[in-house]
Amino acid sequence: MTNQTGTDRVKRGMAEMQKGGVIMDVINAEQARIAEEAGAVAVMALERVPSDIRAAGGVARMADPRIVEEVMAAVSIPVMAKARIGHIVEARVLEAMGVDYIDESEVLTPADEEYHLLKSNYKVPFVCGCRDLGEAARRIGEGAAMLRTKGEPGTGNIVEAVRHMRQVNAQVRKVTNMTPDELMTEAKILGAPYELLLEINRLGRLPVVNFAAGGVATPADAALMMELGADGVFVGSGIFKSENPAKFAKAIVEATTHYQDYKLIAEISKELGIPMKGIEISRLNPQDRMQDRGW
Amino acid sequence: MVKIGVLALQGAIREHVGAIEAVGADAIIVKRVEQLEELDGLVLPGGESTTMRRLIDRYGMMEALREFAAVGKPMFGTCAGLILLAREVIDQATPHIGVMNVVVERNSFGRQVDSFEMALSLKNIGENFPAVFIRAPHIVAAGPNVEVLAEHEGRIVLAREGPFLGCSFHPELTDDTRIMAYFVKMVRQSVLTTLAKP
Repeated sequence: MTNQTGTDRVKRGMAEMQKGGVIMDVINAEQARIAEEAGAVAVMALERVPSDIRAAGGVARMADPRIVEEVMAAVSIPVMAKARIGHIVEARVLEAMGVDYIDESEVLTPADEEYHLLKSNYKVPFVCGCRDLGEAARRIGEGAAMLRTKGEPGTGNIVEAVRHMRQVNAQVRKVTNMTPDELMTEAKILGAPYELLLEINRLGRLPVVNFAAGGVATPADAALMMELGADGVFVGSGIFKSENPAKFAKAIVEATTHYQDYKLIAEISKELGIPMKGIEISRLNPQDRMQDRGW
Repeated sequence: MVKIGVLALQGAIREHVGAIEAVGADAIIVKRVEQLEELDGLVLPGGESTTMRRLIDRYGMMEALREFAAVGKPMFGTCAGLILLAREVIDQATPHIGVMNVVVERNSFGRQVDSFEMALSLKNIGENFPAVFIRAPHIVAAGPNVEVLAEHEGRIVLAREGPFLGCSFHPELTDDTRIMAYFVKMVRQSVLTTLAKP
């Protein structure tokens, strides 16, 4: 029998293998090696981390392919990269380069305000952000093989990621407990594909993994998200905007694995240096909220 | 009922737990060294081998895992787990646990876009096994006591050496529990053999 590539099982399975792990944003080969050495399960190759994107303003696009290539050559763990929401060509370019996972990301400036990518058309798997089950289900419907909370990227403030993780999980529990005759109405209310709600109702969980992202700044933040049911953690600006990235990265990896071992978290949180300076969400101008991009 | 642990530092843990329970054994999620003692067998799941290695090193678990292997308790590694078991990993100066006499190459089928699934025929286990290969390693060379149980494209992808079972692909991502049933049988036999000893 022949090999079948790009199947749902192969794409979702790749994300299953990342569970319990930390995916770190990096902007060059050196940072990628620090991340791998610290125990990251994957790296996200970027031109700028979210907090710098926020500071720089203007239009944020896919990274220079040179940076992505450099990171791919530097590490043996999977390499992810971000494409703008709805930017078919950025996604195809990253796929052609052999990137292992694409993040269709609200951290970049959307290329399309109406349509997300039809991710089932690609061999490469995609991860997408979500704030609630409707959004999660629409992304899965389009072919996303992995989800993450949107949170509020580049703020170092965990509050939005907590909100999104709790929201999705509460809605999954609700759908799981519904009787079959209630599901079509729920699909209408959520704007979610009906078949997907049937599947969630049967499985008692989402059919793909859901990581935490957008505001994780400390080992305790990472452990909190695991406690709330995240399958793993993305850390963007948190690591390489901290004082001692290598130490910080290791501590976040350990806190994610041993998220209920509080003595250990206390131990590894000692003298970590100053974490990234955060932003209070209410101080953000509405137009600067990245989580409101996409639908 | 035999007790089978799943090393739960990172990776596809829930899936293995489901498979172990489905074939009638007790599954135990293992995060700490002292939990190894109560086990009859251990599954090393798929995930990222570099990550698992870092976490193994930091809590003195490496010695305990080698001891587990030394007393002959069965271990089953899938994908990253196979890499942990291998005596030699290509492009790597030293192995991880290094107890199974095979040489393994990481990511040997290519990057994620090359990941695939296919129906594989397995010696002693059965036909048409849905084999899911994800950035998979393969066994480049096997020692004299290694029994090859499956090959794909001329590469060894499932093999057994005494108490060690190593697999390139991910049976835990499917509902097919035949490989897990085979492993549980290995564990039961090992328990009986140990009990028979004076």
